[in-house]
Amino acid sequence: MTQPEFFSLDGISKRFGVVQALDNVSIAFRPGEVLALVGENGAGKSTMMRILEGVFGPDSGTVRHGATPIVFGEPRDSHRAGIRVIHQEPEIVPNLTVAENIFVGELPRLAGVLLDWRKLEEQTDRVLATFGMQHDMRPRQLCGTLGPAQRQMIEIMRAIRAGGRLIAFDEPTSSLTGDEARRLFSVIRRLREKGTSIIYISHRLNEIIDLADRIVVLRDGRLVDDSPAAGASEQTIARLMVGRNIADLFTRETWRSGEQLLDVAGLTTDRVSDVSLRVRRGEVLGIAGLMGAGRSELAKAIVGYDRRIAGTIAMNGVPVVPNSPHAAIVAGIGFAPEDRKHEALLLFRSILDNASLCVPDKTSSFGFFNRRKALEIVSPLAAKMSIKAPNLDEQVSKLSGGNQQKVVLARWLARQPMLLILDEPTRGIDIGAKAEIYRLIDELAASGIGIILISSEMPELIGLADRVLVMAGGRITAELARPDIDEATILKHAMPQSAPAPGDHIQ
Amino acid sequence: MNSLELRASKAQTDARGASTRLVERLGVHNISLLVALAILIIIFGSLRGDVFFSSRNLLNIGLGVTILGVLAMSQTVVIVAGGLDIAVGATVGLTTVSTAMAIQATGSPAAGIVAGLVLGGLAGLVNGIIITYGRVNAVIATLGTMAIFRGIAFIMSDGQSIAIFSDTFRFIGIGRILGLPLLVWILVLTAIAFHLFLARSIVGRNIYALGGNPVVARFSGININRYRVGIYIMSGVAAGLAGILLAARTGSGQPVSGSQGLELEAITAAVLGGCALQGGKGTIVGALLGVAIIGVLNNGMILTSVPTFYQLLAKGSLLILAVVIAEYHLNRT
Repeated sequence: MTQPEFFSLDGISKRFGVVQALDNVSIAFRPGEVLALVGENGAGKSTMMRILEGVFGPDSGTVRHGATPIVFGEPRDSHRAGIRVIHQEPEIVPNLTVAENIFVGELPRLAGVLLDWRKLEEQTDRVLATFGMQHDMRPRQLCGTLGPAQRQMIEIMRAIRAGGRLIAFDEPTSSLTGDEARRLFSVIRRLREKGTSIIYISHRLNEIIDLADRIVVLRDGRLVDDSPAAGASEQTIARLMVGRNIADLFTRETWRSGEQLLDVAGLTTDRVSDVSLRVRRGEVLGIAGLMGAGRSELAKAIVGYDRRIAGTIAMNGVPVVPNSPHAAIVAGIGFAPEDRKHEALLLFRSILDNASLCVPDKTSSFGFFNRRKALEIVSPLAAKMSIKAPNLDEQVSKLSGGNQQKVVLARWLARQPMLLILDEPTRGIDIGAKAEIYRLIDELAASGIGIILISSEMPELIGLADRVLVMAGGRITAELARPDIDEATILKHAMPQSAPAPGDHIQ
Repeated sequence: MNSLELRASKAQTDARGASTRLVERLGVHNISLLVALAILIIIFGSLRGDVFFSSRNLLNIGLGVTILGVLAMSQTVVIVAGGLDIAVGATVGLTTVSTAMAIQATGSPAAGIVAGLVLGGLAGLVNGIIITYGRVNAVIATLGTMAIFRGIAFIMSDGQSIAIFSDTFRFIGIGRILGLPLLVWILVLTAIAFHLFLARSIVGRNIYALGGNPVVARFSGININRYRVGIYIMSGVAAGLAGILLAARTGSGQPVSGSQGLELEAITAAVLGGCALQGGKGTIVGALLGVAIIGVLNNGMILTSVPTFYQLLAKGSLLILAVVIAEYHLNRT
């Protein structure tokens, strides 16, 4: 508290039932500094954000502005104090224009009643120019037509416009492409130059090292480290986060692929064009590409979810027909989609129900569900993957992201598939669970299962894949094989403009 | 290590009291329904205890809810699957007419039963195809077919009530076995069948998956179109069964009377019983408790001479109240 205008947390504790979410945490947020907040899921990051937002108060401790304690009655109070949290899902009104969304609550008026459109547009143009966004959106554009990155920018502009002096970003890049993320970083750097205090929460440690001035690590509600970002490495941060040494995260014990398993030829749907690929037993085939490159759509085409316009899919030389998820499952293909909550899990059913969903034949007698049989199949899998839950009857909505992903994997392992397609299997899950999933991928491949790994995390692809296919615009633009898989080459082929026109050859 | 944890927590579960386990088994929702039912019984019992608790009146309640019970259970399955069937009342009317006409024409009760079930199934098939392949919203589709089925019933019967003169057939509606009306036995048997089907069978579990999240269901290899059509056929056949029971009880086939408002009561019972209109949630036991509440309410309102028009107000309010409560719970969990 050497400078009076600091925001700071002073000995904040918060308890939910038996869980000590925050335990005597003190942090000072300096103006013109990007402070990265890292920790596993459940470490207390969201609780801290909620307290800063005034959603609920701490059990003990105070939030201060300078020497003055701030008492929050409701979120508005924190806004008034100059604190803003930018959420993953921006709170914008889709049916209003860009201008209205930025200036909501302070719209310029004509004669006290009418909206002063001209003035609003001028103001909006000025704000857009400040952020270098004048070519990305127009003041009169409806926000419903914007992409996730642009929506986030609107939320940021609104926060700054309304006088935000402490801005917290809660996993802002999880839905952004690499390019959009880079532009977000330049905006954040500009805010820093103007003296705004920034809190930056992310699971992507490389981003944090790149962007932050200071890194605060939370573990089990306690502050375990608060030090300058200079000199920090992913390894040191990860070790602080989980409290133990994580030996090289991306290791594979064996690199041994067997005979041909999957053969996709000329696969075309509304979203992917003329894709051909092969996967061998025990091979990990990585799929790289920017958001919207058609990677998830390729997976959905292979498992028969999307309508196939042309092409063939064969497993072990046998065509997979008809084009339906059921036929794909019967052929031995399992698929863990990217969007766990909406495409993979029945959130309000138990772990047991979710994990036994695809093995009705093995968990029933005479067409009726047999709980004993289901437990015999699911219990060992839950133990093997160390799913953390009181019991298998726990609703999956109550599990952490990592454990939810393990339930999805358990569902497919119960089927003993020959090919497993994993779409962003580690998105939004903490580093400990990530390491477990990497180990599992290695084990599965070693046991002869073919794996297609779709991922936006380069180290994941580079560390785990035998080969990487790069996609752009619904097509495959390059195939890289170990040891020639590196970030620069992947990026070069992932850029949409590098997608060859039909008839062109890839060199 | 983890299996040890699992085992340890199981021991904890066993150690808890029997009452806690009863609560878990029945579910908080069903217990609150039992409390609501008890309150209704206390109210009507204290107002007209002399009549209300007579065995004759209790049997009346049982008889009164048989047909509703069948429809509430099939509606529960439809709602769990993420659909809604508001054409059931009209389907019941249509099948009473077809059953009565088949018996009139052939003299055979069996022919009447077959006619009712088949026509009900066909009506359901029509709903299922319109909703699944025509991609029409379920409420709108069955609102349309409700009018169509009612129209067909009028056309077939020429707007007349058709009397049934088969004593064998009438036995279904008025006969007794072991002192209990046959109708009540039929309700008990269909309830057991519905419960086993929805809660225990693989198809039933897939229906929960379909209603809970159709995308997940499809990715899991469930043929969701076939399931959707099948569920509406089931609803139609159940309405056919209800139509047969109604015809047997009243001794006639009637295009309208008796079947009007049944869809409202069936949906109310299902929602009272814990169905989420978004799908994926609901139980047969809950639906039956909802049916019991409606049965007691109907009977009690008659006993305490509430005018018919006001009874309608009460029924409509009950449906809306049930949905409001359900939404409230959904938003809190």
